[in-house]
Amino acid sequence: MRLIKKNLDRGLSGELRLEPEEQEDMWHAYNLIAVGDSLRASTVRKVVQTTDTGTSTTTRKRMTLTIDVKTVSYDSAACALRIKGCTIEENEYVKKGSYHTLDLELHNAFTLHKHEWDSIAMDRVEMACNPAHQADVAAVVMHEGLANVCLITEHLTIHRQKIEHTIPRKRKGLCAQHDRGMEKFFDTIIAAIIKHIDFSLIKAVIIASPGFIKDQFFQYMLNKATRDDERRLLENRNKFLLLHSSNGFKHALTEILQDPLVLNRLSDTKAAEEMKLLDQFMRLLNDEPEKAYYGLEVVEKANQSQAIEYLLITDELFRNIDFTKRRRFVQLVDSVKESGGTVRLFSSMHASGERLSQLTGIAAILRFPMPDLDLFDEHHHHHAEVTNEEQDELENDNLSHNPNRPVHHFDNTDDDQSMDNNRTFKENSRAEASAW
Amino acid sequence: EDVLPPTRGRLTSRDELDTQFDMDTEDDKARSKAAAIPIRQSDLDTLPSRVATLKISERIDRSISPQKKSKSTIDSPSVTPRQGVSPAPVSRRSENTPSGVTSTLKRRPIAADRTNTLRDYNERLEGRDLLNLVVVGHVDAGKSTLMGHLLVKLKVVDDRAMHRNRTEAARLGKDSFSFAFVLDESEEERSRGVTMDIAQAQFKTKTKIVNLVDAPGHKDFIPNMINGAAQADVGILVVDSRRGEFETGFEYGGQTREHALLLRSLGVSQLICAVNKMDTIEWSQDRFEEIVKKLSAFLKPSGYKDADVTYVPVSGWTGENLITPNNPPLSWYNKDESTSNTTVNGVIHGATLVDLIDRLKPPERPISKPFRFCISDIYRATGVGAGTVSIAGRIECGGVEVNERAILRPSNDQVTIKSIQIENTNVTSAFAGDNVTLNIQGVDPTHLFIGNVVCDPEYPIPCATVIQARIIIFNISVPIIPGTPAVFHFKSMQEQAKIMTLVEELDRLTGELKRRNPRLLPKNSSGVIELVLHRQICCELYSDVKELGRFMLRQSGLTMAAGIITRIIT
Repeated sequence: MRLIKKNLDRGLSGELRLEPEEQEDMWHAYNLIAVGDSLRASTVRKVVQTTDTGTSTTTRKRMTLTIDVKTVSYDSAACALRIKGCTIEENEYVKKGSYHTLDLELHNAFTLHKHEWDSIAMDRVEMACNPAHQADVAAVVMHEGLANVCLITEHLTIHRQKIEHTIPRKRKGLCAQHDRGMEKFFDTIIAAIIKHIDFSLIKAVIIASPGFIKDQFFQYMLNKATRDDERRLLENRNKFLLLHSSNGFKHALTEILQDPLVLNRLSDTKAAEEMKLLDQFMRLLNDEPEKAYYGLEVVEKANQSQAIEYLLITDELFRNIDFTKRRRFVQLVDSVKESGGTVRLFSSMHASGERLSQLTGIAAILRFPMPDLDLFDEHHHHHAEVTNEEQDELENDNLSHNPNRPVHHFDNTDDDQSMDNNRTFKENSRAEASAW
Repeated sequence: EDVLPPTRGRLTSRDELDTQFDMDTEDDKARSKAAAIPIRQSDLDTLPSRVATLKISERIDRSISPQKKSKSTIDSPSVTPRQGVSPAPVSRRSENTPSGVTSTLKRRPIAADRTNTLRDYNERLEGRDLLNLVVVGHVDAGKSTLMGHLLVKLKVVDDRAMHRNRTEAARLGKDSFSFAFVLDESEEERSRGVTMDIAQAQFKTKTKIVNLVDAPGHKDFIPNMINGAAQADVGILVVDSRRGEFETGFEYGGQTREHALLLRSLGVSQLICAVNKMDTIEWSQDRFEEIVKKLSAFLKPSGYKDADVTYVPVSGWTGENLITPNNPPLSWYNKDESTSNTTVNGVIHGATLVDLIDRLKPPERPISKPFRFCISDIYRATGVGAGTVSIAGRIECGGVEVNERAILRPSNDQVTIKSIQIENTNVTSAFAGDNVTLNIQGVDPTHLFIGNVVCDPEYPIPCATVIQARIIIFNISVPIIPGTPAVFHFKSMQEQAKIMTLVEELDRLTGELKRRNPRLLPKNSSGVIELVLHRQICCELYSDVKELGRFMLRQSGLTMAAGIITRIIT
C-alpha cells in the first residue's frame, strides 16, 4: 500500500489517502475501514436517464463518490472488499443519502476519513505501507484421497483449492485400481499447482503428507513434467520442500510451519512466529496454568496488576462495530505497551489466528503466576460489570464517590499509587469471595 | 426384573474404562423415553410418508447367540431378552410408539422373514463361529510375516503362490519378507518393506471362521489401523522379543502401547499377545516371562481383564508354535498334559497360536437390529453390469438379502442390492459381522463416499454435524481448550472436527461430575464435550448401537482422546 497524503488534526481525526497495490492490501483495508468512517473513491454507478419521450436508458458511469460506511465485507477467496453506505456529497448524478456499494480496486487510490485514528489503526497503516516483503509460501498438504492447496503470505492464509478423490483400496490380487486412482489424484493436484501457484512470487512450495505419499507424488510430478515438458515445474524443482505432516486437513498447516526445516528456509515468517507464540501459550496452560489466561475480563484484571508480558489478540476484535468495546481493547493494548509488555496482533486469516479467536480472541502470558484469576471471574460476573461502569465514569470525568468502595485508579502510568489501589482491590475481592 | 438367561458370547460385566462407557440398562430406558427424538421428516423427503419413528432401543432385541452344537437352533433363534422386557410375541403393533406419530406401516416380523436366509447363514458357517481378528503391534514386530506364515500353514495360500512370493522377495533383496508378501501386495509396500494399508484374508480353524485384518504398525498409518480395528472383535498384539526391540516398541513413542489402547477404546476386549521372534533369542523362558510381566502390568490398568488376555511365544519366520507345538526348545512351555488347561497369568501352557484363537469367545451379533452397512471401499468391479458400483465394508447390524432395497445416507439415495459377495463368492444373504462386497444399483457416484452408510429404508441412520460426546483423554501434552481442532476418526473415515464447548469435566474413574464449563480439560481426565464436524457423518448413539457410537480423536500424529456419542444435536 502506498501512503499518498496524510491530513490529521492533533493526531486524532483526519483523513488519509492510500493506494492498494497488492492483494494483501485489501486485507489491511478491511481492518482499517470501520463503520462510521467516510470513504471517498472512484467507482462505477448505474445512472438512469429519462429522455423527454419517456424512454429511460441506463448507463454505467465512473465517478468519485464519498460514502458514509455502513457495512464492510471481505471475500477471502477473491481477496475483494465491498463497502456499503450512503452517499454524503451531492453529485450531478447521485442524490445525497442514496445507497451505494463500493468495490475497492487495486491501484485505485481511496481517501479514508476517521473520527479517531487510534494506535491500532496507525499501526495497521504502517504495516500496510511497509515495503519490505517477507516470504510467500505455497503449501500442499495431502493424505490419501484429500489434498489442500494454500498460499501463505505474511498476513493471510489463502485457501486455494481442495481436492478430494475416492481412491479404491488395495485388495487381494487387484492393486491396479488403487494405482490408477492415485495417478488420477496426483494429476489433479499437479493441475491445481500449475493453476494457482505463481512461481515468480513464491519462495518455496511445501509438499506435506503422512507416510510416503509426498515422495510418491514428487516423483510422479517430475516424471510427468519431463514427459509433458512442463517448463515451470522443471525449472522450479528446487523450490519444492518435502515435509512430514500428520494428515491432509487444513489445520495440518500449523504443524508444518513449526518444522525446523521450514524455519530455516523462511525465517521470520509472521505466520511461523505467531504459531510459536500460541504454542508457548498452550504449553503454559499445561505446565503452569496460572501464568496463562484467556478472556477479556480476566486479561484486564491481570493487566491491572501489570502482570502481562505478552498479549495475544486477534485483529478480528478491532473490526468490532461496537465503539465502546473497541475502545476497551485499544486501551488494553496501550496500557500493556506502556507497562513494558509486548502486544502481538494475530491475523485472523492465519490458522493460529483462527485458533485464538476460538478462545475469545484475547489471551495473555503473564510475567508471574496469578492463581485463580478466572475463579474470580466465574463468581463475580456482575462485580466485573460494575467496575467497568465505574471506569467509564472516570473517563467522562464524572467522579462521584461511592462511600462504600475505595476509588480505583485504572491509570497504570503512576506506579506507586496504582500498586496501592491494586492491592486494596484484590483484598476487597477476596473478602467478597469469602462472603460469597 | 426378569432373570436373564445365561448368555453365551461376550462377557457382560466390565470394569475400569468400560464402566464409563457402559450405560446402565435402566438409564437407557429412562433416557430414551424421556428424550424421544423422532427422525426428522425434512431429511427424508424422498421417502414415502410412512417412515417409522420407533427408536431402536425400544425394540425387542433378539440377537443370535453363537452356534450351539446342535442344529436345532435353526428354526427358533434363541431369544435373549434385554432391558427387562419379557419375550413378548412378535406382533409389533403392541409396542409403544412416541405420541403423535402412529405408523401405518405393516411391519413384517423380522425373525420370521429371515428364517430361510438364517438357515443359509448357519449352513455357511458350518457350525463354526465367525470371528473378526485384527493384528496390531509396533512397526517391524513381524505381524505380516506371522500371519502370512500362518496362512501358508493352513493351506489358504497354495505352494505356487508362495513360490512366487519367495522369488519376488529375493529379487527385491528382502528375503526375510517372503511371508509378509502374502499380505503386502502393492508395489510400494513390497519395495519399502512396510505394510501401509490393511490387508484382509480368511481362514478356518476347528471351531472358528476367522476374518483376518493385518494392520500397519507405522505411526503414520494409524488411521488405516483404526479402520481395521473398528471392524474387529478380537485382536492379536505382536511384540518383538529381541533385546532392545521390545523396549523401543513399549516405551512412550512406540506403537505397542498406543495400539493396545486404541484397540481397547474401539471395543476389543479379548487379546492374544504373541511374543514373536523367539527363535532369535533361543526361546528363552526368562525373557518370555519378563515380557509377559511387563505387558500385563500395562494391559490391566488399560482396561483389559486378566481372563481375556493370553500370551504365547511364537516365531513367525520359522513357523514354530503356530499350529504345532515345538518340543525341544519349548519344553518349559509344553508342560505335562495334566496342567494343559490351567492358566497362569494368562499363559496357557502347551497352547499354540491356533489353539488360543479357538478359545476366543465370539461376540453376540445384533442381527435383529435394522440393517446398517458401513462403506469402507468403493470401486467398479469388472464383470458386473453397467450402472452398478461395488462397495465393500462390514455389516454392523441386521441382515441383507439380494434384491433388497436400501437407502444410502446421508445423501438419501435409494439403491437396490444386486449381489452380495463374501470372499469372492456370491451369497444370497449376509448378516451382522460379515465383511461383504455389495454391488448396488441406483446410486449417484458423486454422492458416494467412504464413511457413508447403507441402511434399512424404514429405520434410517441419523446424520449429524454437531454431537455431544463423552471422552476419555489420553496422555497429551497440551490441554484441550475450546476451539481445539482434531481429526475425528470414525469407522473407516476421518474428518476434521473442532471441539466447540467443554460442557463438563468428569472424574475418570467414577464418572461423577467434577466441574461445569471447565476452562480446559487436562490430560488423563474425562469430560463431556460438544464437537462440530466439517461434514455430516452417519452415526448412532452409543446407547443404541455400540459399534456405531465409538470414535477417536487424534491430532498431530498422536491420539488425543477416545469417546462415545451421547447426543446428536444437529
